[in-house]
Amino acid sequence: MTNGRLRWRKFVSNFMLAMTGVCAFVSVLVLFFILGYLLFNGGTSINWDFFTKLPKPVGETGGGMSNAIVGSGKILLLASLIGVPIGFLGGIYLAEFSGKGMASVVRYAADLLNGVPSIVIGIFAYSLVVLPFKHFSAYAGAFALGMMMIPITLRSTEEFLKSVPRMLREGAMALGASKWKTIATVIVPAAYRGIMTAILLALARVAGETAPLLFTAFGNRFESHGWSQPTATLPVMIYTYAVSPYDDWHRQAWAAGLVLLGLVLIINILARTILSRGIAVPRS
Amino acid sequence: MKRIAGITIGVLALCAIVLADNALLINGAGATFPYPIYSKWFDVYHTNNPNFQFNYQSVGSGAGIKQVTEGTVDFGATDGPMNDDQLKAYQDKHGSGILHFPTVLGADVPTYNIQGVTGALNFTPEALAGIFLGKVTKWNDPAIAGPNKGVSLPAADIVVVHRSDGSGTTYIWTDYLSKVSEEWKSKVSKGTSVNWPVGLGGKGNEGVTGLIKQTPNSIGYVELIYAVQNNIPYGSVKNSSGGFVKADLASVTAAAAGAAKQMPDDFRVSITNAPGKTAYPISSFTWLLIPQKFQDAPKRDAIKGFLKWMLADGQNSVEALSYAKLPKEVVEKEKKAINNIQ
Amino acid sequence: MKSAGPVSGSRSFLAKLRNGDEIARLVTLIFATTVVLITAGLVWELWVNSALPRQKFGFSFFVTSVWDPIMDQFGALPFIYGTMVTSAVALVIAVPLGIGAAIFLAELAPPRVSDILQFFIDLLAAVPSVIYGLLGVFIVVPLMRTVIYPALNKPFGYLPIFKGPSYGVGFMTAGIVLAIMVIPYIISVSREVLLSVPRDQREAALALGSTRWESTWKVVVPFAKTGIMGSIFLALARALGETMAVTMVIGNTPKIAASLFAPGYSIAAVIANEFTEATGDLYLQSLIALGLVLFLLTFILNGLARLLIVVTTQKGSEVGG
Repeated sequence: MTNGRLRWRKFVSNFMLAMTGVCAFVSVLVLFFILGYLLFNGGTSINWDFFTKLPKPVGETGGGMSNAIVGSGKILLLASLIGVPIGFLGGIYLAEFSGKGMASVVRYAADLLNGVPSIVIGIFAYSLVVLPFKHFSAYAGAFALGMMMIPITLRSTEEFLKSVPRMLREGAMALGASKWKTIATVIVPAAYRGIMTAILLALARVAGETAPLLFTAFGNRFESHGWSQPTATLPVMIYTYAVSPYDDWHRQAWAAGLVLLGLVLIINILARTILSRGIAVPRS
Repeated sequence: MKRIAGITIGVLALCAIVLADNALLINGAGATFPYPIYSKWFDVYHTNNPNFQFNYQSVGSGAGIKQVTEGTVDFGATDGPMNDDQLKAYQDKHGSGILHFPTVLGADVPTYNIQGVTGALNFTPEALAGIFLGKVTKWNDPAIAGPNKGVSLPAADIVVVHRSDGSGTTYIWTDYLSKVSEEWKSKVSKGTSVNWPVGLGGKGNEGVTGLIKQTPNSIGYVELIYAVQNNIPYGSVKNSSGGFVKADLASVTAAAAGAAKQMPDDFRVSITNAPGKTAYPISSFTWLLIPQKFQDAPKRDAIKGFLKWMLADGQNSVEALSYAKLPKEVVEKEKKAINNIQ
Repeated sequence: MKSAGPVSGSRSFLAKLRNGDEIARLVTLIFATTVVLITAGLVWELWVNSALPRQKFGFSFFVTSVWDPIMDQFGALPFIYGTMVTSAVALVIAVPLGIGAAIFLAELAPPRVSDILQFFIDLLAAVPSVIYGLLGVFIVVPLMRTVIYPALNKPFGYLPIFKGPSYGVGFMTAGIVLAIMVIPYIISVSREVLLSVPRDQREAALALGSTRWESTWKVVVPFAKTGIMGSIFLALARALGETMAVTMVIGNTPKIAASLFAPGYSIAAVIANEFTEATGDLYLQSLIALGLVLFLLTFILNGLARLLIVVTTQKGSEVGG
């Protein structure tokens, strides 16, 4: 092999590897660009009014999104109350009680549900909850989002429970604990961190979903009371305001985007820090 | 311990949210055409009557008709009156009928975004039909340039913008085009959602206005107030008497003059291409869709109360938002019709 | 398997214990079954509520390009086309960038740097889609009109895909926004599979005298090829189902056009725009039929993706080292 050819190959190698570095940094840069842009445009628009006032009539400036913030909070809370127990308890079943056949059926169903496009979930929730009860409501929106939380919670619960070392289980049983007591007092607490992480990640994912809320929670000019009224939510407000022609609405859309993104990122960072501190594993 | 404390706080917060304030909430959805005046009205009405909250969602006339038929909202709103099939569908589903109540008069205006053109262009019906059929493709086409001598129009491609959602504003526009263009009538016809030959789709009057504002050399149709509030120029249209008329309170009122005297009992009427020298040819009433029978007495009374207010005090605030008041004859007729709501 | 209760204790205590386990088993079984029921219910609802267009149009539903609510003529082709094209554009942009970044993260970056960068990439994946839509409307659309369109149309305007005027919105704009959304998926999964390639593969190549790049590109990447394919399928499935970001920048026009600058429509976008207003059963059910099509597409892609990824990581551990 001549020296020249070797030099060319080395050059190509260094060049291509440098290019991959560029790719990586560009990808990461996009995140900071998004954050920066939102901070710049949204930061200037966030004021006390934004969090405390209701929207103003069309075309008038001012007002805020207090109803959407509360609405999103309510729906996410209810969605967690729906999705987390189903996913968590279902995950316990898969990890602790089920036989092979049933387990694969449940896992398959969960994976199927996970892959359903969010707009289709919206269709399902509309047919199942909105039509029979004859109104758009917070619980219809919560049902749609709760369904989306189930697969992640289920699979993660199963995985983290299974990863708890056998000796913990056996130790508990040797001390005379029944199966369910072992699960409740030993295994679940041991897997607690991982499961918590999964729930937080599932929450962060549905917090930003817009499509399923379009035909379930619909929208509300006012604060919605209780659970059976149409509810304003942050993602839907962002969408409505962004495609409108009013500059004041654009300003508010940026502010709402910043709040939403901030919320999602904080939940994500929190979840990942919890996980990285490690799942509690006792020494042998 | 911490967990129990956390849960208690959560439950208390929940209760606080759930048990707060008990105003009666009445939900409506529909046309974006009158959304500016409806949102103003409902805001004022709530301030004067804090026990009633009218939540109106601007989702398009098509959705308004559909959702009031499904019963998921208490009332609907549309600028394209329900046709006989839709009325029958409602009747079949609920066992009773649905009533149309005109609220204001408005106009569809052709708005555009052409660099250097800030005034009102003159549009003939043939030009409008040609543009929306995709046959007139450049701004300096003779069909457009002809009536606009003295205006320098670019040789640029026309970007057509229409509605992507089911829209009464579309109904009014296509109703007009069907009346003035045989080709349009046979190819596309009228409706809230049509098979557009060309163009981009925007959601709601808001979305169309937004697209026009951002897209150079574009043209679309929106309700008058959207063009006014957003400072975009809109054109005059040649009416059936041959004059180029710009949409304003006088020309829209003139368009309704004839229909006002011959208003049918169900209030469904089209006033596009109306006769009259000063009439604006693309005007229309817009309606609230109120079910004839209500299960919920408080809701029914709240709606009846609103309608009475709308026909009296409400009419005083419409002109500030460039909508025209309802003709006196129509108001009288509606006052009587309110009694039909049970 | 029965739990071993304490030897001491009365019989009734034992019985109660066993009951406790039974109850636990039943309760968790009920919840697990709920998951299955929900999924089955969803598929069933989709199928049953899209019966009308199936009966009326049959297979031609998929190849008709007319969408006319007045004439009750519904064809899925423009939406399938739009969904495909925008996803294709997204992949063309995201795959080279994503694989490049994954190679960097897996092969070159020191482990700490790699982890930190991966952390940020994961955050990128968490950004809600409506925010991408927001950025799309206010940044990408003007950028398309002022920078990207002139850059592509002037030199290459004779090609059918770059022909015609630009509106700012269109297939390419939607594709660009989608690309940004799916890059994190390609990077995370590809990085995982590249990391799982056994060390001796690389070392053997280097020992034979190849450069760093040659060993990566000609040995490691092909070894992880199926897994990388899997990541692409995952990204594709994500792009297909995306609603909000697409409907805000695609132009909402149910037409098939060769030019990437033309406005179009996707399945998810048309459902979002027209579902609440579809009067008439055929109209509504045609939209639901579209939803079913989308669901089937993502289902197949997700399944394939998972298969490919599992196969690759298993291969890695089998070959050993």
